[in-house]
Amino acid sequence: MYSYYLTIVLAPLFAAIVAGLFGYKIGRKGAHSITIGAVGLSCVLSFYVLYRMYWGGAEPENISVYTWAVSDGLRMEVGFLVDRLTVLMMAVVTFVSFMVHIYTIGYMHDDPGYQRFFSYISLFTFSMLMLVMSNNFLQLFFGWEAVGLVSYLLIGFWFKRETAIFANLKAFLVNRVGDFGFILGIAAVVMFTGSLDYATVFGQAEEVAAQSVEVFPGSPWNAMTLICILLFIGAMGKSAQAPLHVWLPDSMEGPTPISALIHAATMVTAGIFMVARMSPLYEFSTTALAVVIVIGAITAFFMGLLGIVQNDIKRVVAYSTLSQLGYMTVALGASAYGAAIFHLMTHAFFKALLFLAAGSVIIAMHHEQDIRKMGGIRKYMPITYWTSLIGSLALIGFPGTAGFFSKDLLIEAVRDSHWHGEGAVYWIAYLSVLLGVFVTALYSFRMFFLVFHGEERMDKETRSHLHETPWVVTVPLVMLAIPSLAIGWFTVGPVLFGGFFGDAIFVEHSRDVLAHIGEHWHGPMGLLTHTWQTPVFWLAMGGLATAVYLYLLRPDLPAKIKAKVEGLYNLLDRKYYFDDLYIKGFAAWGRGIGTALWKHGDQFLIDGVLVNGTANSVGKLAGVMRQLQSGYLYTYAFAMIIGLTMFLGWLIWFR
Amino acid sequence: MVDNLLSVLIWLPIAGGVVLLAMGDGNDAASARANAMRWTALAVSVLTFVLSIGLYTGFDTTTAAMQFVERAPWIDAIDVWYYLGVDGFSAPLILLTTFITPLVVIAGWDVIKTRPAQYFAAFLILEGLMNGVFSALDGLLFYVFWEAMLVPMFLIIGVWGGERRVYATLKFFLYTFLGSVLMLVAFIYLYRLTGSFDMGRWMEVPVSLTAQKMIFIAFLLAFAIKVPMWPVHTWLPDAHVEAPTGGSVILAAILLKMGGYGFVRFSLPMVPDGSRYFAGMMIALSLIAVVYIGFVALMQKDMKKLIAYSSIAHMGFVTLGFFIVWHMFGESGAVLGVSGGMVQMVSHGLISGAMFLCVGVLYDRVHSRQISDYGGVANTMPVFAAFMVLFAMANAGLPGTSGFVGEFMVIIASFKANPWFAFFAAMTLVLGAAYTLWMIKRVVYGEVANDHVATLEDVNRREFIVLGILAFAVLLVGLWPAPLIDMMEVTIQHLVEQAGQTKY
Amino acid sequence: MIGLQHYLTLSAMLFVLSIAGIIINRRNLILLLMCIELMLLAVNFNFIAFSRYLGDETGQVFVFFILTVAAAEAAIGLAILVVLFRTRRSINVEELNRMKG
Repeated sequence: MYSYYLTIVLAPLFAAIVAGLFGYKIGRKGAHSITIGAVGLSCVLSFYVLYRMYWGGAEPENISVYTWAVSDGLRMEVGFLVDRLTVLMMAVVTFVSFMVHIYTIGYMHDDPGYQRFFSYISLFTFSMLMLVMSNNFLQLFFGWEAVGLVSYLLIGFWFKRETAIFANLKAFLVNRVGDFGFILGIAAVVMFTGSLDYATVFGQAEEVAAQSVEVFPGSPWNAMTLICILLFIGAMGKSAQAPLHVWLPDSMEGPTPISALIHAATMVTAGIFMVARMSPLYEFSTTALAVVIVIGAITAFFMGLLGIVQNDIKRVVAYSTLSQLGYMTVALGASAYGAAIFHLMTHAFFKALLFLAAGSVIIAMHHEQDIRKMGGIRKYMPITYWTSLIGSLALIGFPGTAGFFSKDLLIEAVRDSHWHGEGAVYWIAYLSVLLGVFVTALYSFRMFFLVFHGEERMDKETRSHLHETPWVVTVPLVMLAIPSLAIGWFTVGPVLFGGFFGDAIFVEHSRDVLAHIGEHWHGPMGLLTHTWQTPVFWLAMGGLATAVYLYLLRPDLPAKIKAKVEGLYNLLDRKYYFDDLYIKGFAAWGRGIGTALWKHGDQFLIDGVLVNGTANSVGKLAGVMRQLQSGYLYTYAFAMIIGLTMFLGWLIWFR
Repeated sequence: MVDNLLSVLIWLPIAGGVVLLAMGDGNDAASARANAMRWTALAVSVLTFVLSIGLYTGFDTTTAAMQFVERAPWIDAIDVWYYLGVDGFSAPLILLTTFITPLVVIAGWDVIKTRPAQYFAAFLILEGLMNGVFSALDGLLFYVFWEAMLVPMFLIIGVWGGERRVYATLKFFLYTFLGSVLMLVAFIYLYRLTGSFDMGRWMEVPVSLTAQKMIFIAFLLAFAIKVPMWPVHTWLPDAHVEAPTGGSVILAAILLKMGGYGFVRFSLPMVPDGSRYFAGMMIALSLIAVVYIGFVALMQKDMKKLIAYSSIAHMGFVTLGFFIVWHMFGESGAVLGVSGGMVQMVSHGLISGAMFLCVGVLYDRVHSRQISDYGGVANTMPVFAAFMVLFAMANAGLPGTSGFVGEFMVIIASFKANPWFAFFAAMTLVLGAAYTLWMIKRVVYGEVANDHVATLEDVNRREFIVLGILAFAVLLVGLWPAPLIDMMEVTIQHLVEQAGQTKY
Repeated sequence: MIGLQHYLTLSAMLFVLSIAGIIINRRNLILLLMCIELMLLAVNFNFIAFSRYLGDETGQVFVFFILTVAAAEAAIGLAILVVLFRTRRSINVEELNRMKG
């Protein structure tokens, strides 16, 4: 299997290099053929590996590819750990990536950077595969940063736009803040276990959890809590959890295909994947899990609220992504790793679908993204309309769709995670995910109705050109709509309750909420028939109904409400002032500190006072001394005589 | 296999430089004679590099002892020897020197319009002297090479430099000279103690604690200025800004490494107790370099200054890696820190050299180093932009590039010493990315900012070769640092043992 | 009886006189030269007096040397003075401060 794994990883890299370095030689067709071929190959092989692992009963494999370096007994390797968690991620990543590659042919059709774009997304696929297939922390960090790099390059793909290059810098820096914690977490892992290898580290988890470290003098921290929180800071950056979420909405400056691929389906879920992968560590620190669940809950609810006031079609979807990532994080914090990964998978399909559908609308609208200038597009773009509807229904968890199964069970898991106590942590988490359902339905269908229904608010010129997008765009939509609709039916049982993940995910027995739910599991049909008894269903329907009322029946109301709650609206419109805090606060302070240290520290104190100051004081002293050199013979003679007298006097009296 | 390989590596380039000086270019940079001189310089430097590969292939990675040893009496009266040898510290640095020099020669090919023969001669002579510094095992011989090196560098900045070159050269010379004179005092003390200039003896001789502290301070001034460490770093930005591109490259890539090399060759093994005594201060200074200089770099308006400041911040990792040793005896991690510091030195040599070459490419076209004079370079120079972004990412320590390797190892090791060391050191992840990529944003990306940028031509074949070779090296070290680390591992273990002993 | 101390006193007086001349005189460079001559004469006086007192002729031989050198020195000093006057049109000591730092 080794050669299969290598091919899966290296094929996209090879294609990226060819398309990137020889793009001009091979032309557009060459570039997209080779990258799509390579990613398609990866995708097929990934599904084959998935098949072997799941149906063929193949054992997990832990393979070292080569030794990166050995120093001080610390082996730093590059290797693959292919287990049941990994293969699921591989399949999702390569499949979505494959769809996005095809879609890109249509979306980037007129772009001069066509080959460059294909090179980047292939490179991304490679990086993401390196991340998920890693068997050690070093390679994990490599993949972690490499996807960040590609994300940086792709957000700034249209590098002439000031907003795009602002957004990519912001994205990279905010991610780096997360990576700052992440690398410290890795350092802590090495400190306590002396290894970077997953298997070795996980094997020592229990001993590590028994140790403590004094971070601040006098207050010992549990070593595992420290490790887990530091690692989670990395996940907060990459998976855009509050307060490190600010980069994701801005990242929508990039071309839409990458918004679907990177900023919805794959890269942003790296943090979720990482925590699930580290479940043998997180399970030893309930403190860390509490942190995870609270951060996730805050993100899930409050970022969803922001989606209600956004007017840029992609930004609405972006905030929805933030909110859904929050859901996954909550599930991680509830020790329901399986539920998080399952939601990650369904989310990858329906969110990629929503983004690509949004992109399809944007193409048709000639790169207009403001939903206030759309409306009534339904009849011009039937395929986009229906696939969007499927995506939106899946997103709000409409019974029967993929999102329904994942979200419903996720919330149920959170409800049952009583081991967090009945205190604030539990209620924050549970209420957030519950109320989040209402919010999700509201903003999803607000956007849906504003775009596809109602009066046509676009200008005549645009309307006359409005038509369905070409097949390279619609085929991926349909291909993604199918799993969005159907994948829940036959995967929910085995993935969540069938022990699908095997040893890949470790849950401490008393906290295994999924196993607990599984005891009452009667198949997807059973869940469906009982759904009307749950608050989740009614909240989703409530959100949907509100959206229908506000945006279809009484489209005059939203403006009035907005005028009534001006303060609240402003708070949401300014995104809780996070951007202001970071840009006017931290960034400005950083520049201020830089200027102060440079001007006052380097230029004034060190150069001015110490370096040139020394030179100047030597000069000044010399200036005083030169006054003695009058130039008159008689003063020199006088000085000689005085000196002579003193010398003689010394000889006579002091000898 | 060449006998007396180290001597050849020292004297071949020097001889080449002397030939160049003797021939001259007839005061005409475009003449056939000047061209012949260029080819001679290139041939000599490439030959030196090819010969130096023997240093890698013939290197025994299983021993910490000196290899390729050459020993001949020089001044009998005071027991001075012409004594050369390399170990895991010096061999990689010599390879770095011989690798960078041909690139500098190519980079200066037709850019240098005045006295090209002398220009190339200066670099060749400098290369020989630098190899001498790295391979000398006799204190006085080391000192002679160390000081002699200042002369060609002084001339390179002073003759081919920018507008304020006189101020910059004076500052550079006085700063470094001040430090090295104190080092000479320490050498003489050790000579009086042992009756020999043999550095091996110096490592073994017992020295009283007070004397060790004094010697450490004397060494510190010499090496800290070269590294440079905060607060004796202010010569570097000025020297870099005024130096010609080639000068900046050599300065950043090799000359700064002399400071780091000095610490591992002299301070740590010769005065371990003195080093232990000052280790806390050294770590503090290193962390200040990382954080303080990171902030200062953020606000630079001049590209060369920005890269110069980032060099200081990166070299902070080197000293941090060396001095956390004192927090971790008998545990794993000490070797990792020193090893990380050494890798960081080599990697910084490649990356900062590449960054300065990138600025040089722009400067040759627009004759400005100000960030504000650029914008949207990617529109007119796509290939160049790709290189520059790659090197910027390496500068920001992206995994897969050489910049990551050293930083990663040092952060891992320093966390073990004290989590707060790692905390401050890891701030470079954010700061390094901020200052490097903010510059990239303002220079490379955006709309075409002005007419100068609009008429830029992309890199020519000569520049492409230089940048391409460096890009390859940066990626190679980043993706597979094992050969480099293996070369040093045993030597570093030996050093950590030496540093762990008490000798008073 | 005139003894050694009388000679020494005279010589000291001459010496101090010449010193005063050098320091106090600020007008004429020739006077400076003459004061130096006077100083040398005072030294010569001492040599002769001690030579006679100790009965050793070496001192008198030295005096001859000193006289010769003094003559040469005076000649050179005057030559310099003439050149100086040619260039500066003045031998005023007050104005001769080109050496001022």
